[in-house]
Amino acid sequence: MTKEKSLIEIRWHGRGGQGAVTTTEMLAQAAISEGKFAQAFPSFGPERRGAPVQAFNRIDSREPVRIRADITEPDYVVVLDPGLLEKVNVTSGLKKGGWVIVNTRKTAKEIQKEFKIKYPVATVNASKIAREVLGVPIVNTSMLGAVVRITGVIDKKSVHAPLEKRFGRLGERNIKAMETAFKQVAFEEQ
Amino acid sequence: MVTRVGVEVSIALADAVKLANPDVIAAYPITPQTHIVEHLAELVANGELDAEYIPVESEHSAMSACLGSAAAGARTFTATASQGLALMNEVVYVAPPMRLPIVMAVANRSLSAPLSIWPDHSDMMSVRDTGWIQIIVENGQQAVDNTIIAFRIAEDAKVLLPVMVHLDGFTLTHVIEPIIFPTQEAVDKYLPKNRFPLPLNPDRPVAMGEFAPPFIFTETKWAQEVALNNSKKVILKAWDEFAKAFGRKYLPVEKYHSEGAKVLILTMGSSGETASVAIDELRKEGMDVGQIRLRLWRPFPFKELREAVKDADVLIVMDRAISFGGPGGPLASEVKAAFYNQAKRPKVVNFVISLGGRDTTVSGFKEIVNKGVDIAAKGSKNEYEIYGVKE
Repeated sequence: MTKEKSLIEIRWHGRGGQGAVTTTEMLAQAAISEGKFAQAFPSFGPERRGAPVQAFNRIDSREPVRIRADITEPDYVVVLDPGLLEKVNVTSGLKKGGWVIVNTRKTAKEIQKEFKIKYPVATVNASKIAREVLGVPIVNTSMLGAVVRITGVIDKKSVHAPLEKRFGRLGERNIKAMETAFKQVAFEEQ
Repeated sequence: MVTRVGVEVSIALADAVKLANPDVIAAYPITPQTHIVEHLAELVANGELDAEYIPVESEHSAMSACLGSAAAGARTFTATASQGLALMNEVVYVAPPMRLPIVMAVANRSLSAPLSIWPDHSDMMSVRDTGWIQIIVENGQQAVDNTIIAFRIAEDAKVLLPVMVHLDGFTLTHVIEPIIFPTQEAVDKYLPKNRFPLPLNPDRPVAMGEFAPPFIFTETKWAQEVALNNSKKVILKAWDEFAKAFGRKYLPVEKYHSEGAKVLILTMGSSGETASVAIDELRKEGMDVGQIRLRLWRPFPFKELREAVKDADVLIVMDRAISFGGPGGPLASEVKAAFYNQAKRPKVVNFVISLGGRDTTVSGFKEIVNKGVDIAAKGSKNEYEIYGVKE
């Protein structure tokens, strides 16, 4: 990455109802609370539970974000449902050296081999974390922890307030899910 | 204290309406305006906003209720989009000649058919000749600021006209981004109380929106035209004083590296900042190119536009609507009319872009600029180009 570039673009792939949109909102709010500039938006359209959806984050530590268009050349791709790897070309347009962050039981090497991914892959079993910590397989807040760790784009503590605000009495548990995934996400330094 | 938060633009706009302390909100929900009116309904229901929220049965009724409310001297807000604005159209025409200061947010969206919930400017162009003041914004902060400003312009005794604040649907309404909210005290200071001069009052009856036979109708329309043109002075002053109070300055035609540039592009709405990134890249590559952005659609800022392009040889105009069977985009039509009688004028090249929510990216804008320069040099058999159309 060149020194000049301060804009980070993240594309989230999930299914309708998995909370990808909510998570992009909280990540943007956390970045903005740090004084950064950020956008969060869904792929606009009718919402259908279970259908593949995309959501987007742009985060810039220095300048206001000016681009308003879907992210076609992301720095990071996040996959909430590993089943999407078979159906959607998630690495489409991913920048050279860009990361794929996947919710899976498998290892990065297995994912790379199985889906012919030539990018670094970070893995976390967010489904397991969500079931254990939240009691439901809703993986968005766990994946948020993995994304915060891999991107390093914000301080982990900054997402506490948006999580608390969004989930009220369930805030604490979602923070725990986020923290657990932050710790457990597996990746190799590039 | 001024607060800076990450919030969806629709919610932020509703919070700006709250800061303006309206008396009446009458609205019917429609995508992509829905979150604006839902949040206002919530604020009223929770007792956070002391206003009358009228959940009407259609947009036609929404604007009808707004007419009555504004005529009674109440500060009045509504919001709509697309088919809603189309259904409302008959009543939209009524507010300006009755001099009723209503503020309406329009979450710009294409018109059916085919059904599309995505943004373009076909709805805003459908009300171009209704006599409303029309301001268009390109980011969430501008939407918040101009919503507050709109009440001040509309209710000014020298104006008394309704104002639309246009923000592109989804591309603006559904994005979470940083918004700086002014304090209630500062807004109260900037925005005086609504003092509608002749409110409906049973004790002091007045007649409004009367029957006008041929001997007087022309004069009413002339009066309406004079009023709209005269509003510009107040609009400029309202923007100027907003800048003094809040530090953000708005102009009818805003310039971006345009001084002295031989090639200019003209944008309107949410694609403006994406285009600016393209301008930055083209300038870095050595191209003498700049941008102007239209903030005020009605009254059209002829003088400012002519001044902004005085050095340019080529002006590439981006439209997000088509005037079917006509000369192309409505914005380019206006621009051409503004220059026709000028001794020195740039070549105008018109591109219709981003219909029904299709993105025009940074590289797309760069391609348009290069193509536009080429067309200006070689000419074209077409009145306009539709960028990216699959033929």
